[in-house]
Formats: sequence, structure tokens, C-alpha cells
Amino acid sequence: MNRPIRSISLVLGVLLLALLANITVIQVVLAGDYRDRPGNQRNLLEEYDRERGPILVGPNPVARSVETGNTLTYLREYDNGPLYAPITGFYSLVYGATGLERTENRVLTGRSSLFVVDRAEQLFAGREPRGGAVTTTIDARAQRAAFTGLRGKRGAVVAIEPATGRVLASVQSPSFDPNILSSHDPEAIREYYATLEADPAKPLLNRPIVSLNPPGSTFKVVTAAAALASGRFTPDSVLPGPRSYNLPDSIKKIRNWNGLPCGPDNLVTLREALEMSCNTAFAWLGNELGADALRTQAEAMGFETSFEIPLRAAASRFPADPDDPQTAMSAIGQFDVRATALQMAMVAAAVGNNGRVMEPYLVQEVRGPDLAVLKTTEPTAFGEAMTPLNAVQLADMMVGVVEDGTGSNAQIPGVRVAGKTGTAQTGNDNPAVAWFIAFAPAESPEVAVAVVVEDAGAAEVSGNQLAAPIARSVIEAVLRR
Amino acid sequence: MTTTAASATTTEGRQPRRRNTELLLLVFAWGIGLLGTLQVGWAIGSEPDSGLWITSGVVGLLALVMHVVVRFRAPYADPILLPMATLLTILGLMMIYRIDIAAARRAELNGSPTPTPDVYSQLTWFTIAVILFVAVLLLLRDHRVLQRYTYTLGLLGLILLVLPLAPIIGTTVNGATLWVRVGGLSFQPAEMAKILLTIFFAGYLVEKRDSLALVRTKVLGLGLPRLKDLGPLVVAWLVSLAVLIFERDLGTSLLFFGLFVAMLYIATQRRSWLVIGGLLFLAGAVLAYYLFGHVRLRVMVWLDPWTYATNEGYQIVQSLFGLANGGILGAGIGQGFPNLVPFANTDFIVAALGEELGVTGLIALLLAYAILIERGLRTAITVRDPFGQLLAAGLSITLALQVFVIVGGVTRLIPLTGLTTPFLSYGGSSLIANWIIIALLLRISDRARRPVITPPSSDEALTQVVRRA
Repeated sequence: MNRPIRSISLVLGVLLLALLANITVIQVVLAGDYRDRPGNQRNLLEEYDRERGPILVGPNPVARSVETGNTLTYLREYDNGPLYAPITGFYSLVYGATGLERTENRVLTGRSSLFVVDRAEQLFAGREPRGGAVTTTIDARAQRAAFTGLRGKRGAVVAIEPATGRVLASVQSPSFDPNILSSHDPEAIREYYATLEADPAKPLLNRPIVSLNPPGSTFKVVTAAAALASGRFTPDSVLPGPRSYNLPDSIKKIRNWNGLPCGPDNLVTLREALEMSCNTAFAWLGNELGADALRTQAEAMGFETSFEIPLRAAASRFPADPDDPQTAMSAIGQFDVRATALQMAMVAAAVGNNGRVMEPYLVQEVRGPDLAVLKTTEPTAFGEAMTPLNAVQLADMMVGVVEDGTGSNAQIPGVRVAGKTGTAQTGNDNPAVAWFIAFAPAESPEVAVAVVVEDAGAAEVSGNQLAAPIARSVIEAVLRR
Repeated sequence: MTTTAASATTTEGRQPRRRNTELLLLVFAWGIGLLGTLQVGWAIGSEPDSGLWITSGVVGLLALVMHVVVRFRAPYADPILLPMATLLTILGLMMIYRIDIAAARRAELNGSPTPTPDVYSQLTWFTIAVILFVAVLLLLRDHRVLQRYTYTLGLLGLILLVLPLAPIIGTTVNGATLWVRVGGLSFQPAEMAKILLTIFFAGYLVEKRDSLALVRTKVLGLGLPRLKDLGPLVVAWLVSLAVLIFERDLGTSLLFFGLFVAMLYIATQRRSWLVIGGLLFLAGAVLAYYLFGHVRLRVMVWLDPWTYATNEGYQIVQSLFGLANGGILGAGIGQGFPNLVPFANTDFIVAALGEELGVTGLIALLLAYAILIERGLRTAITVRDPFGQLLAAGLSITLALQVFVIVGGVTRLIPLTGLTTPFLSYGGSSLIANWIIIALLLRISDRARRPVITPPSSDEALTQVVRRA
């Protein structure tokens, strides 16, 4: 019976080899793939075991790890959680991480390739890796001013530095408290998350960079830029500005917000049309320029591009192939034109920065565990959206909006503020969206800001009434006034 | 075998017993366990408590008792079998201790009451296993005695196999009916049935092997048995199917059928039995796949666990995550998250070990099993009586199949079936049964390596000569 026993031994040997080969494949070849799979809690649990680096605004941490003395050694804490939530995001046992907590995870956990020297030291000393720090571009005063201004409203504010693209403020309302989502209590986390999910105001949405709204009359800045770029119009060109504009091939009409003609004899200059936000003149202008010219101008200013700041922003949209009536509607920021607050701040910044559009960014510096600066973000240009001459002319027109036109609430004594109001209908029954975009000081701007208030009243004046004061307080905060 | 037997006869009286080798290896196994257990404490930053020292002391004492019994009652037995089984048991205890700590910490975190540690009950089971181990070696002086009770033991085994189906005492846990609960005690009778049926197969096949080896027709160079000799195999197949259908115990079903076919092949030396057995297995597998949702589900989860990652595939996915976390060198004892895998100290203990010891540790562990099984098969080859040969081979194959089915399942080589990991898993029935297997193998091996004083009965010798011709 020895021969069959030997044969069976051989078969068992083959089975053993199969087991050995299989575990080698799993633990050596596929291990990395398995580690990164969603649903693998081990990465997170391991991360909770080491000190995660802070997220800084100026010198102050807005997210930091504190020791707990429990199994999960470190707890993430957010000072002023709701204020900075759209920037930091949360760091949750149950729902993973969002915001900078997600995009800068490798830095914060100390696993970034920037820390090579540190890593080698850890390997030989057997120490747990410590996390690096991330310094944001945020201006604490601007952030606070925008947050205070939006209190009780539904909307978003984005402020950027026109010359660099640094994001100075990114605020949403309503916001949420990342402290609860980042706690160590799965029950509380789930309960709070469910509440936020169920909230019709969608507090978990990163409104400043993700929420898309029709930009309304603020888009007239883009239309005006396209008009100047065409070479056929100057600020003083005379346009038809009647009480109402008959849409081509349609029985529909576009009316002015006050129901009046924009000037004597139904005529108005481009400058005046922007100052009083003349719908009929800009609708006419849109058809004169054509959809392609409008889209080219919009795309040069950042529409149709999804920026990573490094949080991923939604791409703002200009309709693909509008007919003439739709083009007229698009020229005044209606129909299917959609923009984020970030995008409209970039439009204002482009005008203020002599037509040059800068890539927006949120991370100023990456620091090592010893706080030595390892990497500084250099400003990069996205492109030239306007000639410097046209930009200066348009900036001057926008100053007129604030000083003589619809944006009077953005006036700051001693500072020339350039701005544009806007109100848009999002649907038949939805409340209007109020906008205000601005930059200041007009001659060499330090800040460009976009304010969007989503549940505004119906009237055109709401841009000035609701949004402009918030823009003003953000500008004042940046200019230290 | 011829050479081994020859040398055994010629070196009569000087055959090395190697009991001191065994003792040394036992001390080594105990030391590995102690170091591992201390490392758990170091990793989680707690001082070794009195419980740890008592556990280690008791384990050491039990190993010593077994060694002494073997030294005096089975002096020629294989010196590797006992230390290997002890090493595996100790590694199991270490891991159960480690998972207890993880469970306690988790409970503390959730604010729930601390669960009863399993390591002390496992230690109790080990103590009972050692008592039975000693009893087998003391009471059973010659394994051939078992052959006399072939049919009694076979009947008993069959009864044990179907016992979980009995009303009142039978219990269904996690969908499989393989437990029997009497009073406060519960056990898996299939574990004991495994031994009894192996004895039965050995005795039965020794008796019938000549007729089962008869060839009626040849097809494609393969000698086919007579139709009426198919009976026993078909019965074994039906019993396996019944276990699968009524107890939903895929693992046990697989184990029994595989064991019977392998032993049938060894007894008859006819490869046709392997082919017929393989075909019947395929038929059973296909039948089960189409008839039973739970079998189909197992296969689907096996093919694509990620789709079922949050429900039916949760266990296997967590197991794979654990193994991946272990990587080449492992997270280190006490430094992984083995408690994230459900049933970490029973079915999935290999995943827990793989996470903390890495692929290196798992390979070592599988080689420990391989050595143990190899020693068992060597015993089968060395022993001179056919019953002993079949029994030793059968017991070794049982161990091997069980290890393959559960480790292969946990590592997604084959569909997952619920079987305990011999010696490692938490659970009394399994530990006791496997230690009885070791006792039987030692008993047979003692006989195999014992210097031949009286030549084997002429009847047996004659049979062997004829068979080799």
C-alpha cells in the first residue's frame, strides 16, 4: 500500500504548494491593492494611532490632533469647526475624510514623499511617523467676516487674491461641525451625518466651490468683456436699451428689472448699461456677439474647467449650442449658465488683475513635523482672459456700478470698489439667487470676492441689499479697515 | 518501506528512541509560545499578569505529562509528532489570548461589559484533551485492537455524524446544524465521528480490499471495478450529501468523502476509484450548486467577494484585508487588528495569524502542519500491518484535508466552508479530537518503529509478498 500512500503524499504536497503560492500572492503581490480598497478600516485605525499634523490658518491650527488615552490614541479637534468646515472637511471613522483632511492626507499622516529623510529615521529608530502640517492661504479676518455676513442665510462666499489666486476666504452657510463627525463615537457620527444628509439646505455640500447657480447679471461682466474684446464696442458705445427686448424668433420678451427703458430715446451706453444692469441692452449685445464669442470669453475666465485647489471644484458651465433667444438669455446669466462662487470671484479677479486669470489655490505651505517649510505653492497663471487695456476699462465701468449704479451698498469711504450685482431665477417657483462680485482697491486690487445668497427675494435690488454688504465687509477685513 | 523495515530488523535492540529529541523540541515549542505571549504584552504596553504565567506553566506541565507518558508507554514513537502538535496548540492559545485582549479593549471602547476571555476555557479543553491523549496511550496498547470493533465504531461514528439532527439536543449555529447541546455543554460530534469513521474505513477496507481491487473491464487503460463493488462508495457519497443537505455542513461533507476516496485508493491501489470518486464529487458539487442557495452563495462570494463586501462576503473580505495588512513580515504580534475579522479565534484564526506574523509566519505555520502530516504518512508507510497503515494514512489525510479546506477557504483559494483549524482554533471538540488523532498516530508509530522481536504473522507477510509481485 506504500505506492498509493506516496502518490497521495504527492497530491497533498501539491495542495500545500497551492496554499503557499496563494498566501504569497495575497500578502505580497496584492497586499497594496487590498490595503487601498474602500471599506478597509485598517488604514484609518492605523492613522488614529499616530499624531496627525495640523491644518493652519496663519499661525493658528484650525484642525489638530489631541491625545485621548483610549484605543484610538488621537482625536481630531477643530477650533471654530463650522467656520472652516468647507476648507478642512472632516476626518471620520465611519465616513472617511473630506476637504483638506482628504487631499492632504499623505502630508498630515507623514507619509508624503516630502518626508523621505524623516521616514528613513523612523525606519531605523522604529518610531511612529509624525504628521506634517498644512498652512492654508486663508485670511482669518476675511473668513470670519464672510461667515458673520452669511449667518442665517443660505449661500457661499469666496474671496481670492487677484494677483496670485490665493483663496482668502471660502465660507458656506449652513455649515456643519466636523468635531462631531470626527469623534470616536460611531453612533453619534452616524446620527449627526443622517441629520445633515436629511437637511434640505445640504450643509455637507461644499457650497463655495461645488454649488452651481445661474450667475444672473454678474455674468454681464463676462458679456461686457466679450464686447470689448470684439473691438466693435467701447464703454461709450451706444446700445439699444428699450423697456423690453423681443427675443428673436420668439414671442417671449426680456424686460428690465424696473420695467423702464434704460435711457432717453431707448438708448444707453455700454458703461451705463452695466451700471444700471440693463437687461435689454445686454440681451441685444449677446445676440450681436453670438454664443461662440460669449463662450470663448467665459472659458478664458475659467468656465468649463474643474479646478483642484486641491479640493475639487465643480466646473462652471456655458450652454453648448444655444439658439438666438437662448443666447440672449445666456448673455444676462440666465438660461443654462451656471457658476460657482469660486468661478465668479475669478471673473472679478481677472478684471482686477489686468485680464490675467490665476489658478486658485488653498494650500500655502507644507511643513514637516518640525514645522520646517518643505514646499511653498507658487502662483501659476491659468491664462489671459482680457487685454490689460480692456481690463482697465471694464474695471472702471465696475467702479461705476458701485459709485453710481446698482451696487451702492458696497461703497467703502476712501476705497474705489469695483463690483456687479446680480439676481437670477433658478426656476419658476424657486426663490431667486442674489449675487455680488467685487474687487478692491480698483487700481491695484488686493481682494476679489463673490457672494451668493441662494434663498433671496425676487427683486433685482436683492443683490445689492443681501450680497453687497457681505462683500463689503470681506473687502474691509482684507484691507484691514 | 522495504529498506526501513529491513533496517529496523537489522538494528534490532539499538533502534534510537529519540525521546530526548522530543523533549528538547517540546521545550522549544513552549519557549516560542511564551515569547509570543510576552510580545503581546509588550506591544500593547501592559505588564505580564499572573494569568499569563499560570497559563504558560499549565501548558508546560501538560506538555511534560504527555512526554513522560510517551517516554514510558510508546518509547519508540516518532519524536516529531508530539512537539509539532504542541507547537500548533500553543500558537493557538497565544492567538486566542491576544484576540481576547483585543475584544476586551473594543468592549471598553464601546462601553459594553468585558467579554469572558476564551483562553482559559481553551486551556481547560487542552487539559481534557491531554487527559484523553494519556488515556488512549495507556489503555490502547496495540492499535490492532481497534480493528475488532470496526463495525461498532463505524455505527457509532455514523450516529455521531447525524446527532446534530436529533430533536432537542441538536443546535443550529450560523446556519449550520453541527452542534449538540446537552445541559450547558455543547460539542461538535462530527469531530469525533471523523476519528471513528477513519477507524471504520480502515477496518472495513482491509477486509474488503481484495474484492474491491478486482478488475472487471478496462476502459482507456483504467481498470474499472465491478458494479456491485460500487456500493460502499455510493453509500459514502450519499452520507456526505446528506450531511450537506440536512446539516448544511459543506466542510464536513467534503472532508468525509475526500477521506473515503483516498483510503479506498490506498487500500486497493486502483486509480479507477479516484476517477470514480472524482466524478461523484463533481456530480455532488454540481447538484449542490444548483439545488441549494447556500452552496451557490458560497461560490458566488468566492468568485467575487468585493460585490458582497458588506454582507455575505464580509468575513472573507475582512480576512483578505487582514492578510494584506500583514504583508511579508506581519504587523507584529499584538499590533494588527485581528478582531476586525469575524470569528477571528475559530474559523479565521489563520487570517489573524497571517496579519500579525505575515506571510513568513503563515508559511512557517503551514510547514509545521506539513511536517506533522508527513510524519503521520511516514508512520503509515513504516508500520507493517495493513490496518495500521490504512489508519495512520487516513488520520493524516483527515488532518491534511481539514487544513487545506479551511486555510484555502480563509485565503480564498477555494470557496469558504466552516471547518475548524486543527489545534489552532478555539473550541473543545476539535482540540480533543485532534489530540486523540495524535495519540493514535503515536501508538501506531511506536509499533512501526519498535524493533521486531516476533516476525509478523505469516499470513500478513504472505499477503504483502503477493501484492508486490
